[in-house]
Amino acid sequence: MSTLQIGSRPRAASTSPTRRSTPRRSDSSRWLILGVMTISVVYFLAPVWWLLVSSTKSDSGLFSGNGFWFNGFHLWSNIRSVFAQDNGIYARWLLNTLVYAGLGAALSTLFASLAGYALAKFPFRGSGALFNIVLAAVLVPQPLLAIPLYLLFSPVHLVNTYWAVLIPSMVSPFGVYLARIYAAASVPDEVLEAARLDGSGEVRTFFQISLRVMSPALVTIFLFQFVSIWSNYLLPALMLANESLQPVTVGIVGWQQQHGSGNAVPTNVVITAAALCVVPLVILFLSLQRFWRSGMTSGSVK
Amino acid sequence: MTAHAQPRELRTDNRVSGRRPLARAAASRRNRNIALLFLTPFALLFLAVYIIPIAYTVDQSLYKLRHDGLGLGAPTKVFNALGNYADVLRDSAFTGSIERVLLIGLVQVPIMLGLALLLALLLDARSTVLKRFFRLAYFLPYALPGVVGSLMWAYLVDPGLSPITALAHDIGWNLNPTSSRMLAPTIGNMLTWGWTGYNMLIIYSALQAIPPELSEAARMDGCSAWRISWHVKIPMVRPALILTTVFSIIGTAQLYNEPATLQTVAPNVGSSYTPIFAAFTAVADNDFPYAATESVILALLTLIVSFGFLRLVQRTGSIR
Repeated sequence: MSTLQIGSRPRAASTSPTRRSTPRRSDSSRWLILGVMTISVVYFLAPVWWLLVSSTKSDSGLFSGNGFWFNGFHLWSNIRSVFAQDNGIYARWLLNTLVYAGLGAALSTLFASLAGYALAKFPFRGSGALFNIVLAAVLVPQPLLAIPLYLLFSPVHLVNTYWAVLIPSMVSPFGVYLARIYAAASVPDEVLEAARLDGSGEVRTFFQISLRVMSPALVTIFLFQFVSIWSNYLLPALMLANESLQPVTVGIVGWQQQHGSGNAVPTNVVITAAALCVVPLVILFLSLQRFWRSGMTSGSVK
Repeated sequence: MTAHAQPRELRTDNRVSGRRPLARAAASRRNRNIALLFLTPFALLFLAVYIIPIAYTVDQSLYKLRHDGLGLGAPTKVFNALGNYADVLRDSAFTGSIERVLLIGLVQVPIMLGLALLLALLLDARSTVLKRFFRLAYFLPYALPGVVGSLMWAYLVDPGLSPITALAHDIGWNLNPTSSRMLAPTIGNMLTWGWTGYNMLIIYSALQAIPPELSEAARMDGCSAWRISWHVKIPMVRPALILTTVFSIIGTAQLYNEPATLQTVAPNVGSSYTPIFAAFTAVADNDFPYAATESVILALLTLIVSFGFLRLVQRTGSIR
């Protein structure tokens, strides 16, 4: 036991106080486990480490020396270059992404919770079939929908507007699924009945009582949708030719694709831009882990 | 998924079904009116974003664009029944892309899910230290938008920049991840890197839901940790493994971001490297009916493989 903690981080002792009772297992199997886990950590973290280290290098520094270690420190000037490139469009991209992801996730969460709640609490003939259709939509490969959507949006002049990305972002079949499970499990019929007897309308009951009970599920739905919109590339890339409407993913890939052409955006600027747009998401993930796991549990344990 | 939903519905319904048939019908009607009110916003958007585009795609796949003899002027659209389907299935570029994706999926999905299961089991083991750190580290790649992760990997394998080939050269290994032979493994690696942590967390959550008494009882009986994993834990997380497999099949079918991003550093990624790529190429050639046909075939194949897999595991599940 003690030999393990020397090799690893100092926090080890606090992580699992119940370990005392474990019957002693062979040291070799412990080392094997730790070895496998450490190698995996290197595999998963090294590329991100490379991205962060590279964002501190000058353009020429990128091409010399060890890629996984520092070579001069130019992070601040890189960040300045990112925000200065193409008349400061990067800030606009970040703002666009925030609008798409924030607004899209908020509205899709509201609509999904309304739908999931209705399917769980007001069963009617055909509601089961309706739910199955929504579930089947989860199985449709999303990129396949992007092209027909583009062709349908184009004659009604929605292409190249905020709506082209916002409208598809407002729909979350997975959110309906989660909301239905959660509403069925956590909103008691007795409470709804009591509210009804008190003369509260169903809509008021939903917003004042049910929504509050369902709030942990709502946070999970919001997060999943927020990240999936933030990460989306194909749909906005197809819909938005106008650079000032694009989200940050489309913008950065646009910069990368100039790679090798005459006046391409310098590689260090592209890399720093990529590293910068990852930071908000990583913070979101680390601070709201609990909700990720609850969403995933309801997806897999039934 | 749907089979499990049924009993729950019956349970919530018993308040209604206990009454006389007439009252039940009235309650059902009242339920329906309220439900429809609540469902409307979602249903309208769902119609616009899913149902109509799917119907439009299927419809368009039955037409063909006909150009006049000289190729001048706008093409006319004529009904072609299933003619496009015959053409697409004979198109070796498209069938080749299907084979390529199937092959990548057959190799990559088992590797990724095997690794995800192994890491989840190790995280779940009692003696493991630093669980929180390891779990976060494995999950981190999922926090990167897919296309940003792909872009990062494109630089990581770029012959001019790659620190990986540099390391390989130092030990005398002449590695070039962007050579035609290495493209599929490189893309498989990008997928594994990006999605293992996500799948691991789903499996890990299922492991955490196993009642501790179960493994405790097995331990009392003298089972080793490895045998508890094999005989108790893995059978218990079967639903999670099935779910992650189906998600991975769907994910592989829509492979696009990785090869598209890789194209800037590896021009040998062809314009119909994956089925989605092929469909986009057809759209770029202004031939939507052809792209629609390719989309329908890909969607059907995805459904067949997903449901085929579900059938397979259900059958083996009942034998056990």
